[in-house]
Amino acid sequence: MVALTYHAPESVEEAVQLLSTASQPVKVLSGGTDLIIQMQSLIQDERWVVDVKKIPGMRSADWRADHLRLGPSMSCAQFTKRQDIKAVFPGLVEAAYLIGSTQVQGRASIGGNLCNASPAADTIPALIANNALCLVQGINGTRRVSVADFVTGVGKHCMSSDELLIAIEVPKPAARTMDAYLRFIPRTEMDIAVAGAAVSVTLDDNGVCTAARVVIGAVAPTAILVPSAADALIGTKLDDDALLAAAAASSEAASPITDRRGTVEFRRHVVGVLTKRAAKIAATRAGAVQ
Amino acid sequence: MKSHVTTTINGDPVEFLCEPAQTLLQVLRNDLGMTGTKEGCGSGDCGACSVIFDGELVCACLVLGVEAEGAEIETVEGVAAHDQLHVIQEKFLEHAALQCGICTPGLIISTKALLEENPSPTEAEARYYLAGNLCRCTGYDKIIKAVMDAAATMRQGA
Repeated sequence: MVALTYHAPESVEEAVQLLSTASQPVKVLSGGTDLIIQMQSLIQDERWVVDVKKIPGMRSADWRADHLRLGPSMSCAQFTKRQDIKAVFPGLVEAAYLIGSTQVQGRASIGGNLCNASPAADTIPALIANNALCLVQGINGTRRVSVADFVTGVGKHCMSSDELLIAIEVPKPAARTMDAYLRFIPRTEMDIAVAGAAVSVTLDDNGVCTAARVVIGAVAPTAILVPSAADALIGTKLDDDALLAAAAASSEAASPITDRRGTVEFRRHVVGVLTKRAAKIAATRAGAVQ
Repeated sequence: MKSHVTTTINGDPVEFLCEPAQTLLQVLRNDLGMTGTKEGCGSGDCGACSVIFDGELVCACLVLGVEAEGAEIETVEGVAAHDQLHVIQEKFLEHAALQCGICTPGLIISTKALLEENPSPTEAEARYYLAGNLCRCTGYDKIIKAVMDAAATMRQGA
């Protein structure tokens, strides 16, 4: 493994100062479930590791006037136990619950899942479906970036090496708005998404869908928002025709690869099926009558 | 440069020196001689190195030793009360829920974490919770029987 220099700053300012003055390639340590594995494959290398878990607010989540403020390093185990969050964002909680084993969830964090930027990350589609924002701190101040724009490629995000993700802000949804996330894996547990879909829908008093966001994962270099799939749902009561049209739009938008977990054809088909099913679950949660 | 770490393991204060690149698993086994925690895969897939870290079940191979500063850690060595086995350990023996034994410490500690969080798990809940603990010998059935029996016994004793 690499030679590490370990830092555990206790404030955002101290952390950003460390990141901007690092004399060696620097990595931010959150839960470490991806980072520690990645560092094990490096030989005779030197790295600074900045552990951000001692910074106040990094491991907690609280409600603000118009959003949930989520500390990026809060463990998935802590996050999924929060019934107040599950009541509002059940799909986002489901996505966090699908990451790895109980043991991995004990350390892994949503901010880490986001910054690791795997195409198959489970929480990223659910964050985008909920219009989540990243609060990024640099040496010269903060900026907000939507999660949809944050991830720029396989394993790549928009932050420079001296910037730190200090919060994820998930806007409080409109009335009768609910989300759902589904993924396909060949086993029932402990696997990586072959395809995934997160859907958020808003219904009016008559059960007509007035707003929707459909995001598909593991079928392109990054999770992608599919406006055409959302358009297929908006204005309908999410009847079978609307769901099939949304499924077709997701399949069309996907640009998957063939690897040992699935072929292009399979992923394209399954992402449509997942879109349809997730939309139906989200609608039921939002109070649709079946 | 080695870091000085002060932590608590099984209720006892412990201090150690470690390289920042050392995992908690390496520190436990190689530096502290606590070899009850096993190394299986070393990559967070098998659960043999499970420990309870600040109340959460984690793989010790996915935690750096330096991250243990100020933490409270429970390992398999702390499960039995001196020479009196814990109910979970007794039930693993009674149901012959082990063969080679490499996965057993991890399963014991994971079962303890499960039953502290959920004293009445359904079989399905127990199987999902323990899905991160791989056993290549038993086929899991005896393990699940031991876990469910331990849960029932602990509920009666509570």
